[in-house]
Amino acid sequence: MSGNDPLVKVRGLTKSFGANQVLQGVDLDVPKGSVVSIIGASGSGKTTLLRCVNLLETYDGGSIEVDGVEVGYDLSDGRRRPRGERELAGIRADIGMVFQLFNLFPHLTATENVMLGLRKVRGMGKAEARAAAEQWLVRVGLADKLESLPIELSGGQQQRVGIARAVAMNPKVLLLDEITSALDPELVGEVLKVVRELARDGMTMMLVTHEMTFARDVSSRVVFMDGGRVAVEGSPKDVFGAPAQHERLRGFLARIELRDI
Amino acid sequence: MNVMLNSLPFLMQGLLVTLRVSGIVVAAALVLGVLFGVGLSFGPRWVAWPLRIYSDLIRGLPLLVLIFCVYYMLPLTGLNVTSFWAAVAALAAFQSAHVAEVTRGAVQSIPPGQHEAGKSIGLTFSQRMIYVVFPQALRRFLPPWINTVVSTVQGSALVSLVGIVDLMLAIQQVIGRTFKPMPMYILGALIYFVINYALSLMSRMLEARFAYVRE
Repeated sequence: MSGNDPLVKVRGLTKSFGANQVLQGVDLDVPKGSVVSIIGASGSGKTTLLRCVNLLETYDGGSIEVDGVEVGYDLSDGRRRPRGERELAGIRADIGMVFQLFNLFPHLTATENVMLGLRKVRGMGKAEARAAAEQWLVRVGLADKLESLPIELSGGQQQRVGIARAVAMNPKVLLLDEITSALDPELVGEVLKVVRELARDGMTMMLVTHEMTFARDVSSRVVFMDGGRVAVEGSPKDVFGAPAQHERLRGFLARIELRDI
Repeated sequence: MNVMLNSLPFLMQGLLVTLRVSGIVVAAALVLGVLFGVGLSFGPRWVAWPLRIYSDLIRGLPLLVLIFCVYYMLPLTGLNVTSFWAAVAALAAFQSAHVAEVTRGAVQSIPPGQHEAGKSIGLTFSQRMIYVVFPQALRRFLPPWINTVVSTVQGSALVSLVGIVDLMLAIQQVIGRTFKPMPMYILGALIYFVINYALSLMSRMLEARFAYVRE
């Protein structure tokens, strides 16, 4: 691929849940090293879009390429063939994801949560994986929680383990799905601080968020989705700069409080 | 009392057969049942459907009917197996269906987010099962699974009806010689009870062992 191609390239993406077409032809580029925030009312398809990128949801039409590789389907012989389990696992290993409800493995300690993928997917030895896991946990500020089980951690701490688990795999792109929505307000800051640092270090990220201030501060691009389509796309200044041209965006922003974090 | 003591060595041989039948059946049913349960829960339709039919059918039959079916029908298919293996096969088929349901219940109790987290770090299906789902499902699996073990030991007494000299048939043979049914049945009941009560105790211990709060 040429150096100018976006790392994530979404074209004409469609997806229905039964009769409800949640994605109605989404086009989106995520250049390497950029942070793209996806905002919009619930039901606008933003989380579905994110989940399609690592095929937690299958998609009906269109394409998603990550680093030049079609994610869900093998198009090599002109037919659209779903990828096999092994192929898919290999692609997903390079796409990190952080979940709204953390989804830590409750039977494993913080360190073991991060180690699992390093050991079984990246094939690291135990000592090497442990060292890498601990290094990441220290980076997200959990040096004193290495051996804690998820249940022993606060929501903010759990989410930081979730981030460490994803970034330790050294993914090409990191997907963040409303990662602060389940947190108590006072814990949101510690998680967003980690994301800010990742952005500064050049991690390519796609994030769905309700934290508009954060989206404004951290993003290179902001995408406003409405009715399963990208309605407005631009720099944070374009999208949040008053007054918005797009009527639905104006309405959306008016209902959202911009709080400082 | 004398009858009971004198018959003990003979009964022990029967007990060994009972334990051997139970052991083989428990092992086979564990392996098959876990595979079937995973297939039922996560398999594509062409896997899950036949398993669903298998499980419902087998669990819907009295064990004795199943044993006779296998015992009389296997030879018709040209398979020449001893009555021992026919009975073991029938018991294993029966228990594997039950273990499949136990497995299904246990693995389906793990929330979808756990599968998604496993997928997102690139684990394959079997890796997700082994490292994410099974360790968490174990706690829900163990108690009902031990029940299937207990019911296997109980059910193994039915193999006596196809002429295998297990504990049950050994007891009846002693009765045939001594004409003293009561003491012998009491002794037999005691032996079965000791085995199964030990299993129940083990079940409770394992439950406590795995009852850590990790949710």
